[in-house]
Amino acid sequence: MTDDPYRVLGVDTGATQDEIKKAYRKLAKKLHPDLHPDDPGKKSEFQIISAAYDLLGDPEKRKRFDAGEIDAQGHERPERQFYRDYTSRPGAERYEPGGDTGEYEDMSDLFSDIFGRRQRGSGGQSYEHSFHARGRDIRYHLEVDFMDAARGAKRAITMPDGKAIEVAIPAGLNDGQTLRLRGKGGPGIGQGPPGDALITIAVRSHSVFTRAGNNIEMELPVTFDEAVLGAKVDVPTISGMVAMTIPKGVSSGRQLRLKSKGFPVGNTGHGDQIVRIRIVLPEKVDEEMEEIARRWRAHQSFDPRETLRRAI
Amino acid sequence: MSYDERTVVAWVERLTIRDLRSWVREGWVRPAQGEDGPFFDELDIARIRLLCDLRKDMAISGDTIPVILSLIDRLHKSQRELRMLRQAVDEQPEDLRLELLNRYESIRKP
Repeated sequence: MTDDPYRVLGVDTGATQDEIKKAYRKLAKKLHPDLHPDDPGKKSEFQIISAAYDLLGDPEKRKRFDAGEIDAQGHERPERQFYRDYTSRPGAERYEPGGDTGEYEDMSDLFSDIFGRRQRGSGGQSYEHSFHARGRDIRYHLEVDFMDAARGAKRAITMPDGKAIEVAIPAGLNDGQTLRLRGKGGPGIGQGPPGDALITIAVRSHSVFTRAGNNIEMELPVTFDEAVLGAKVDVPTISGMVAMTIPKGVSSGRQLRLKSKGFPVGNTGHGDQIVRIRIVLPEKVDEEMEEIARRWRAHQSFDPRETLRRAI
Repeated sequence: MSYDERTVVAWVERLTIRDLRSWVREGWVRPAQGEDGPFFDELDIARIRLLCDLRKDMAISGDTIPVILSLIDRLHKSQRELRMLRQAVDEQPEDLRLELLNRYESIRKP
């Protein structure tokens, strides 16, 4: 890699800003990676000219570079993701010809070509037909509450033409999951069938519950006397309040499990709800509590930090 | 992940809300429809960055953009098909694969 951004852009050090811009523009047209999806080397070449232009295209930075205040490397751009870096991922077909009209589901150009030729070769007659195509898929983005995702819900979305369609959100739906409503997309062309509506669901986070796989996690604040003596407390779950027994002598961080109170798994089971204990003292500790603590301290020998000391 | 218009404009350097809306209107970018406006995923955003490069750095006119996009999209489609064809060939027994390869070479260099 050449260090000198002037050499990279092929201009001399006295070039005007305009000449630099023109030089960059010319190189960018030649080297832009998205104009050469099949040439992996173009990406690094383009990064180099971009970095050079970042420096010289900005009169301020150029002045500082000329004065030796900053070096060429110091201002290289972070690795950029280009469009072509996304195009082999699932879902990227939608920008390709026919990609969101479902041509793919029937036969690709490549194969219709192969099979089409074979058909003609074996004496089959080529048939003329007017143009039919499946309608375009329409994508929707729908945000739902955590509880709706947990318990299932019905929501209405408005189509671009003003019509409303009802979407049934299945219980246990994951954030980012896509629902496909057959035939609810754009109208077909000719006698082609309509496209589909693809609804990607984003699940809003909840103030109490978080999802971990099929389990639901939550933190349960308890008082010190509940932690010491044990208690029976009401705990919220996605299916309502549940009475839970806190065993005697729990510590903060201890996890208790409410069986089958998590997200539905298939039609049969449920995940669990994991309840993490957190011991909370009142904002103002009164004299009585201090007195109890003082008395306890006077004769205790419990050391919760013993292992910490042994760690070094 | 999906992002609304405001987030995308804040995120992509040089992009204005006017650019974004006009590109969506032209159909160059096709975001998902949200309840209060469009939502863009990572593919859409990468495409918006490409459009910024084409329109702003390379000063390519709006009339030319559809031509370029369509060529790029076609090329990606061809590459996808080649990948799938390659996978189909890869899954064949060794002797058939070799036969295909030899035949391909002889077509390529007659």
